[in-house]
Amino acid sequence: MNLLKEAKQVIKHNIRDYGMYIALFVIMITFSILTDGLFMSSRNISNLLDSAGYIAVLAVGVMLVIVIRHIDLSIGFLAGFLGAISAILLLNGIPVYIVFPIVLILGIVAGSITGFLVAKVGIPAFVATLAGWLIYRGAILSVTERSGTINVDNDVFNAIGNGYIPSIMEIGGLHLLSLLVGLVGILLYIYSAISNRRNKMKYNFEVVSKQMFILQIAFVSTIIAYFTWLLAGYNGISWTVVIILLVVIVYHFVTTKTVIGRHIYAVGSNPEAAHLSGINVSKITFLVFGSMGMLSALSGILFTARLQAATTTAGTLFELDAIAAAFVGGVSAAGGVGKVTGAVIGAIVMATLTNGMNLMGVGIAPQYMIRGGVLALAVIFDVMTRRQKA
Amino acid sequence: MSDYILEMNQISKEFTGVKALSNVNFKVQRGEIHCLVGENGAGKSTLMKVLSGVYPFGNYDGDIVFNGEVQKFNKIPDSVDVGIAIIYQELALFPDLAVYENIFINNEIQKGGILDWNEAIVQSKDLLEKVKLKVNPETLIKELGVGKQQLIEIAKALSKEVKLLILDEPTAALNEDDSENLLNLLRALKEQGITSIMISHKLKEVIAIADKATVLRDGETMCTLDASKGEITEAAIIKNMVGRDIGNIYPKRSNKEFGEKILELINWSAYDSTLGRNVAKDVNIHVNRGEIIGLAGLMGAGRTELAQSIFGNAKNYKLQGDLFVEGMIAYYKHTSDAIKAGIAYVTEDRKGNGLFLLQDIKQNISAGNLKGISSNGIVNENEEIKVAEEYRASLGIKTPSILQMAGNLSGGNQQKVSLGKWLFVSPKLLILDEPTRGIDVGAKFEIYSVMNELIDKGMSIIMISSELGEILGMSDRVYVMAEGEIKGEMSAEEASQEKIMQLATQ
Repeated sequence: MNLLKEAKQVIKHNIRDYGMYIALFVIMITFSILTDGLFMSSRNISNLLDSAGYIAVLAVGVMLVIVIRHIDLSIGFLAGFLGAISAILLLNGIPVYIVFPIVLILGIVAGSITGFLVAKVGIPAFVATLAGWLIYRGAILSVTERSGTINVDNDVFNAIGNGYIPSIMEIGGLHLLSLLVGLVGILLYIYSAISNRRNKMKYNFEVVSKQMFILQIAFVSTIIAYFTWLLAGYNGISWTVVIILLVVIVYHFVTTKTVIGRHIYAVGSNPEAAHLSGINVSKITFLVFGSMGMLSALSGILFTARLQAATTTAGTLFELDAIAAAFVGGVSAAGGVGKVTGAVIGAIVMATLTNGMNLMGVGIAPQYMIRGGVLALAVIFDVMTRRQKA
Repeated sequence: MSDYILEMNQISKEFTGVKALSNVNFKVQRGEIHCLVGENGAGKSTLMKVLSGVYPFGNYDGDIVFNGEVQKFNKIPDSVDVGIAIIYQELALFPDLAVYENIFINNEIQKGGILDWNEAIVQSKDLLEKVKLKVNPETLIKELGVGKQQLIEIAKALSKEVKLLILDEPTAALNEDDSENLLNLLRALKEQGITSIMISHKLKEVIAIADKATVLRDGETMCTLDASKGEITEAAIIKNMVGRDIGNIYPKRSNKEFGEKILELINWSAYDSTLGRNVAKDVNIHVNRGEIIGLAGLMGAGRTELAQSIFGNAKNYKLQGDLFVEGMIAYYKHTSDAIKAGIAYVTEDRKGNGLFLLQDIKQNISAGNLKGISSNGIVNENEEIKVAEEYRASLGIKTPSILQMAGNLSGGNQQKVSLGKWLFVSPKLLILDEPTRGIDVGAKFEIYSVMNELIDKGMSIIMISSELGEILGMSDRVYVMAEGEIKGEMSAEEASQEKIMQLATQ
């Protein structure tokens, strides 16, 4: 069985990249068995992805912050604060399509302030963002103090956290547009995989055998198809999932295909060498913190829309969940290594654990411990595989 | 009469398929100074790591006999326990701790579990006297120069009753005076019965101090030369090291015609505000098109600082004076400005600030000029691969693929990747900071050849080097620097090792 041997080789060589997916797969199967299939129901998966949304976008941002060897602790309460701001703006009758850009821009401004402190003033990011953590926590209290929880009754806004893309028509009880989106996704994946392989062959780089390649494509396509089918069986793809996908696509493109992306990884992998290569390190630092601020704003909008309200405690511990997700997703604390897809999968792994254990009725105390264990395991795995490579 | 303190018999060590050592025999007599020489990658450091227990017993083949007993070191402390001490090139001192704290680190003097610092200070004074160093034991390490720090390391070894002292290129970072001082100390320790093994690239030193010299080449013992028989000569060592004549180390260049001034510095000074002093002072130099300028001097003379002040003021010095590039006055705020103007700077410390070790070869090569392979901010990866393959071929980078991580390459190949990165920005002036440090002779020759090719294409080069042979062999004109100042200028014909050394040590 040559194919089997090759499959083993491929997995062995890419164990760091695949490890996370394998782990997610195992966790999902385990929960399906333990909950008699309840976990893998359309409704639950849809719910799970929506609940992962606001952490996933934060995880993408903080992954980049960690890649350039910094940290951002302020993002949780910044998200909460900006969520409250959007609720207040809506309450004052400002149209929802103006609220979105305003809040996102506020996020960029807040992130740039952190960026300024870190890049220009030279304050360690840990301290600068710890100050931000306190300040935004105070800010969220001060805007919600008098009113307490602020309810949001704008349908467009709330749809972001609870709504689904329109169906056009139902086919056999399935959501048509969602199926189409899934189909397009599969086609795009196959196209990019084939062109990528062709390119590699053109330059005589090592590629997997044809059978193996077809097997890979079939495998990934099946998974996309399965999840699309699952989602289509409930209410279809939610707006939250659309936003996660957009963030992933944009950030994946920027980090892998653009000059800015290259510069970010260069700064993370060796700041001094980057400076001596003509890369403007402080500009990159600004940019990454600015993007972090924007994603915090997005996270705040997602969370507020999901609750349909801004609360006094919104954002509590988001930053640590996001950082945990980024590490589960394979970002390296030493800088220079990390993937957008990894961060999102990391967030989904953590959300899956919470969701699955809730379904099983596991108490909150063991839940924390188990999630902590998984985080530690993920990082141990990461360190071990890296050592093996070196 | 063969009282060997150390016998390493038939030592072999393999790194996943690569033989680093094969059947090496290495014998050291009690009370001698034994030098271990060989090109980079010849296996000297590996051999010493086997000896000190970095590679535990069973990880290598062969026997280590120390003081007549077969030793099976499982970890470094095992070798320390029997009296072997290694002092690495990168010193293992704590800059913010005092001298006496460093000497007794992990060997603290205690009374009932409580540290007795007074006793440590008293003992430190004795040890410092032994290494002939006159400093207060309470001085912080960071206040001492490299030469003195080296002596502290030796004092630290002496505090553990060392029988065999191993020094890995101890003088690489030292100036002539400090080096001489260190060699004298080794002689004095020999009188006291301490055996030393010294790894060195400086053959003059080896000739001056060694009782025996063992030459390694490609992981094998070539020979052991004996000073008492008059065998230790430069010619004999080099012949065994490289198996090649010394004559053709520096490739000849036919074209010696120079063009207009490409760079000129007038009364150029750079003030480092963290150090609180001028790292370059009243520098007046110029570089013509098609010229290789040798910038000679000792470590700490300010050559790297001068280069970085020209290269977009990379270290944010306060600058004074004028910089002219191609006849136009230039003011650079950032390294990218200098790169745009056609100046490239290949750093001395490849691993520290030259390469992105975790990134592959093609990403390293494109890092200085991503604009050149991108449109609208999007990197064209095909173009990148083409460029990387081009430089791999033209520079002879030995690697299975350009997707190899830079950190996995040998020193010579890493240096070629650095060169490729800077050639890709197509500079007019290339500043090379110690371009061949830590690189074996073969790769050196290749790098010199590349330099000559670049000159033929109309580029100019400033080569900072501490190797006088290299300065003399490659330069058209030489500036000598010391204490941040240019102490002298001479043409290739006028220059000699003695003249340069005299100016450099002024």
